Amino acid sequence: MTAITHWIHRLSPQTLAGRRTLVGYIFISPFILGFLLWFLLPAVTALWLAVNDWNLIRPPRFVGADNFLKMGTDRLFWQSLKVTTVFSIISVPVGLVLSFLLALLMNTKVRGIAFFRTVYYLPSIVPAVASAVLWAWILNTEFGLLNVLLQALGLPKVPWLQDPEWALPALILMSLWGLGGSMIIYLAGLQGIPETYYEAARIDGAGRWAQLRHITIPLMSPIIFFNLIMGIIGSFQIFTAGYLVTNGGPQNATLFYVLYLYRNGFEYLDMGYAAALAWILFFIILALTLFVFKYVGRMVHYEISP
Amino acid sequence: MTRISKASPASASMAVGQTRPRLAQAVDILADGERWWRLLVWLILVAGAVVMALPFVWLVSSSLKLENDIFVFPPEWIPNPVRFQNYVDALTYKPFGRYIANTLLIVLLNEIAILWSASFCAYGFARLRFPGRDFWFSLLLATMMVPYFVLMVPQFVIFTRLNWIDTFLPLTVPFFFGGGAFNIFLLRQFFRSLPEELADAARIDGCNEFLIYGRIMLPLAKPALATVAIFTFLNGWNDFIGPLLYLNSPEKFTVAIGLATFRSVMRTRWDLLMAASTAMIVPVVLLFFFAQRYFIQGIVLTGLKG
Repeated sequence: MTAITHWIHRLSPQTLAGRRTLVGYIFISPFILGFLLWFLLPAVTALWLAVNDWNLIRPPRFVGADNFLKMGTDRLFWQSLKVTTVFSIISVPVGLVLSFLLALLMNTKVRGIAFFRTVYYLPSIVPAVASAVLWAWILNTEFGLLNVLLQALGLPKVPWLQDPEWALPALILMSLWGLGGSMIIYLAGLQGIPETYYEAARIDGAGRWAQLRHITIPLMSPIIFFNLIMGIIGSFQIFTAGYLVTNGGPQNATLFYVLYLYRNGFEYLDMGYAAALAWILFFIILALTLFVFKYVGRMVHYEISP
Repeated sequence: MTRISKASPASASMAVGQTRPRLAQAVDILADGERWWRLLVWLILVAGAVVMALPFVWLVSSSLKLENDIFVFPPEWIPNPVRFQNYVDALTYKPFGRYIANTLLIVLLNEIAILWSASFCAYGFARLRFPGRDFWFSLLLATMMVPYFVLMVPQFVIFTRLNWIDTFLPLTVPFFFGGGAFNIFLLRQFFRSLPEELADAARIDGCNEFLIYGRIMLPLAKPALATVAIFTFLNGWNDFIGPLLYLNSPEKFTVAIGLATFRSVMRTRWDLLMAASTAMIVPVVLLFFFAQRYFIQGIVLTGLKG
């Protein structure tokens, strides 16, 4: 430690400000190096890859915009985009509403809140691989838990993982099992709202609905907004479930975008096309985020913290 | 948002001078409605908890059955006889002991890397003022928005060039460079909440910034560091895509990859697959039970409260 400080004194500029700057940059230097090595360098590499045809073995060949033009006629590219969009459009709003409602119910000072919190939260930290193996068994047509329950209710068995119509809904259901993560964030937020607000509203004659509409939702809107953004970004990155439970099938019904990206890069070794797909993914997520910020962000109610 | 008028003391004493029976009646009806409401909420939560818990029950139940008892319709919820040997069979069929050791080694290296690197950078961002600090910090926030999959392909190409494929290096070394934007962000939030007087007093005593960071700030940051350590363990234990890309030799596999390959070998041995999955999930569940406080703190620290 003293050797380092001695060295700093020797090398530092003579002014106090200069020394401060140097110390500051020493502190954040690991991040700067990491940014250059594992972020900027890959980004530049991705630019280079996207305009080349390369399979890691043959020398790369410059092909210009071909990788991007190829997407236009690539049926599987459009299929993967469709699958991911449908997954996102259904799972994000449903997950958001359900987890918010659960947090609301849990915030009503019911008995056994610690127990409920645990039961709802635990599935969200189950390792993705273990979750995939478990759900492959739950969704088994003949002996799986889900069809056992359907039979018990007098409903017919559903060929969850064999039928292209049912495979994506099955994975959406599986993803909803992990909604505890956002629920716990809502719960933390709800518990931060001072009780006095509600008391005052009740005295003014506000019912349950009015309290929710005029106090809870406005105060929670930044958190709802945060979860919405994270949910959208997360839904476009679903991979493990599609890879392990269905491997994109049946008939590409669960070919998620990232799964298709993975196949191009690491199964067909088409590095150029995979990099191009990654750029498109980046722009899709960027566009969605900006769109949500512009149109939903306006509804967010920020209040100055006391 | 409607303005909430301050409740005046006068409105709180409305009951004075009113006829007693009518008020009492109103209170009764209110209390009664409240009770029914509470019961309804509680019932919904219980029903939801059953739905969330059923997959776990199914998992453990299946993991303790005889191979033949798995394929019985309708299934028996309580295995009869209970077969603990499934766990021995599943975990010795593939060298899961080896996989666990590999995973723990990777996790340990990541803990060292992240706890040191992220706290060091976070101190610089939180407690020091120097030109360019805010620029780098906004860059850090920007990198948080970029999904892992966007950089997956070029990073793989870079690690191939470095000859790091089939080693633990791609899964560990990058964490020594900042330890992940999210961790820096979280620790910075914590450091900013500490009083400046401590550091000032130390400066007057002739401490330099490195000593203040190491001797004063780090010990105070123990709760935040514990939160980061727990999420680091979870991420390392649950990570699937990283080991999938970079580890090829079976003796280097992590638990996640081990379970995924076990799944492709054991197509229909659901008893053994469930035993192996349970074994992977148990450490995560135990971690949650012993460190609940820090899980919640992770949410509080990211400033998502209230």
